[in-house]
Amino acid sequence: MKKYIIQSIRLTLVLIVLLCVIYPILIAFVGKLSKGEGGGQKIVVNGKTVGYANIGQLFTRTDYFWGRPSAVEYNAAGSAGSNKGPSNPDYLKQVEERIDTLLKYHPYLKLAEIPADLVTASGSGLDPDISPEAARIQIRRVAENRKLNIDEVTALVNKNTEGPLLGLIGPSKVNVLKLNLALNDMTKSR
Amino acid sequence: MNTELTGVILTYIITLAIAIPLGIYLAKVFSAEKVWTDFFKPLEKFIYKLSGINPDQPMDWKQHMKALLTINMVWLIYGFFVLIFQDKLPLNPDGNPGQTPDLAFNTIISFVVNCNLQHYSGESGLTYLTQHFVVMFLQFVSAATGIAAAFVLFKAFREKSTTNLGNFWFYFVRSITRLLLPLSFLIAMVLTFNGTPSSYEGKDQYISLQGDTVNVSRGPAAGMIAIKHLGTNGGGWFGANSAHPLENPNYLTSMVELIAQVIIPIAMVIAFGYFIRRKRLAWMIFGVMTIGMLLLLIPTLSSELGGSHALAKMGISQHTGAMEGKEVRFGPAMSAYWSTVTTIISTGSVNSMHDSSMPLTGLWQMLGMMINSFYGGCGVGILNYFIYLIIAVFISGLMVGRTPEFLGHKVEAREVKIAAIITLLSPFLILAGTAIASHVLTTSPNADWAVKPGNWLNNPGFHGFSEILYEYTSSNANNGSGFEGLGDNNIWWNVSTGLILLLSRFLPIIAPVAIAGLLAKKKYIPESAGTLKTDTLTFSMMTFAVIVVLNALSYFPALALGPIAEYFTLIK
Repeated sequence: MKKYIIQSIRLTLVLIVLLCVIYPILIAFVGKLSKGEGGGQKIVVNGKTVGYANIGQLFTRTDYFWGRPSAVEYNAAGSAGSNKGPSNPDYLKQVEERIDTLLKYHPYLKLAEIPADLVTASGSGLDPDISPEAARIQIRRVAENRKLNIDEVTALVNKNTEGPLLGLIGPSKVNVLKLNLALNDMTKSR
Repeated sequence: MNTELTGVILTYIITLAIAIPLGIYLAKVFSAEKVWTDFFKPLEKFIYKLSGINPDQPMDWKQHMKALLTINMVWLIYGFFVLIFQDKLPLNPDGNPGQTPDLAFNTIISFVVNCNLQHYSGESGLTYLTQHFVVMFLQFVSAATGIAAAFVLFKAFREKSTTNLGNFWFYFVRSITRLLLPLSFLIAMVLTFNGTPSSYEGKDQYISLQGDTVNVSRGPAAGMIAIKHLGTNGGGWFGANSAHPLENPNYLTSMVELIAQVIIPIAMVIAFGYFIRRKRLAWMIFGVMTIGMLLLLIPTLSSELGGSHALAKMGISQHTGAMEGKEVRFGPAMSAYWSTVTTIISTGSVNSMHDSSMPLTGLWQMLGMMINSFYGGCGVGILNYFIYLIIAVFISGLMVGRTPEFLGHKVEAREVKIAAIITLLSPFLILAGTAIASHVLTTSPNADWAVKPGNWLNNPGFHGFSEILYEYTSSNANNGSGFEGLGDNNIWWNVSTGLILLLSRFLPIIAPVAIAGLLAKKKYIPESAGTLKTDTLTFSMMTFAVIVVLNALSYFPALALGPIAEYFTLIK
């Protein structure tokens, strides 16, 4: 028994060096070669970091495309979903309120055009994407608020829509932060 | 076919293409045959030398279990204290506090037993030091423990009659050097180059496009996320686990993480067949497990792609399926596949929030964890399945009126008793735990505790009951996922799930190894016309029926009160 205890302690110490020191440092070292140098992929505009490509931001202004509802208001230091069950009455009321808000700001919309992802909270609370349908229904509002041509904004949305991986697998999506940055560029170049 | 379903099918095909050769490789590695990874031998020798271990010393099943339990005990004590004092230790750039004793008790057990139930949130509950030196360390060694235990059992059936079941340290160290460490490194590379952070920098701050100040938690996560899946652990670096865009940045990383968690459980089945030179048996087991998986997966896909009944009634478009708690870049099909895989395989990582899944999805998730052996966790999946095999052998033996035999050894009263006790243990822990917690909740909702029982649940009604049932099911399965709405960081949940974790990890490891050890000691009986063959279609169907009947009898009433009842309230 004593022999096992001593062997266990010694083996544990050796493995800690291998698994907790050498292994992660090696990864961090190679990771320096990646985009963002292993610190996450930042988006920099005029020398200032305006966000991370993969992390969604809160957009409420009417001249921006909006992202999905978030249970943590896009707090990137405390990710979480809503954890609301599908039959929870408070949750269902909340979804109805979100639908009403959408209809208020997009009076031209039909109820059946609202995609589910725009009125439901994401899993992480930091979802950077929306579905192409969710972007499409916002085009008219954004164009009107920016005094842009609907066709131009539509073209911009299409340009920022990422199709399935290799054109074969997975869903299509639109990165909201990148779309809004492109929108700012377009407005500025006027 | 739509691109989302194609993605799921392709992911599974790639999984098989890797897992099957990997299984053949593992059989060679653990029978010490020549393999191309022998260049790790000097490293292994060095590890043995520093630890004072002789890897050639034979052990019987009791010595194996002594070694296994001793080193697990060392990890429990070590980790408990490091978690409590993490605030005073280095590598804490975000200034996070130490864990309370009851939280540390739960956390350390949870990681030692390969469960990774997390009653804290990674961003604020751990430091970089404990993420690596406790959590990631245990993700490696707990997976290796499971694999080593499985090979002890395999060894028992490799020889005709023996007490020599190999050396525990040999199996354990080789699991790390020849399998977990090199593959984890490869996976970590894919993650890093797709945007998962790997550097030791602390929180970042920026001003968003709209002018909000945002703090971003980061840290050296890539290496941990790799082993979290490969070792079927599941504990996330960030609170939102693999739904978090840094932990799982895109569709490709999602596929990689999904493949990583399934390859070892499938490889273990294949390795079993090649190691004991009974390939047909392995394919039969694989077949039963795969059919079981499909029977859980297909209805899950259908219920998630179908969308929410309640939201459909409001009149909005649901053509993208149910989206609450899901991420757009994965979509509902990949999320449904993930939720099936992570529950049958005891990983417990999530890329969507299970609490917000459709009611029937919740049913299949829980059932997957209750059965816990359709592939199952790293090493322990096949151990769990072995118990069902013994029960099936016993019942078949009774049906044809012969002494039951398994692979040339008589299965007698003692072995069947052990198997029966383990079969009863799971429903006992899950149902008793759920019953007591429900009782406390209803009789004293205002008890003066840190979190009043009345505030435990995040959802009312049947779904609230499901949150309790899910938590104990996940603990018993050493799964680690949760209906995370449950307010579980308090003394009740930390202690009760901690105790269940300990029992449901070590007894189901000791029992199959003991049965195998006892059987291996017995005289070998050559096959004859009267032998019950275990590698036939008939016997496989028998095993499947045993699994279905045992679990249906144990859990149907509880499931009827939770997800099934919720489903019927929604469709009415």
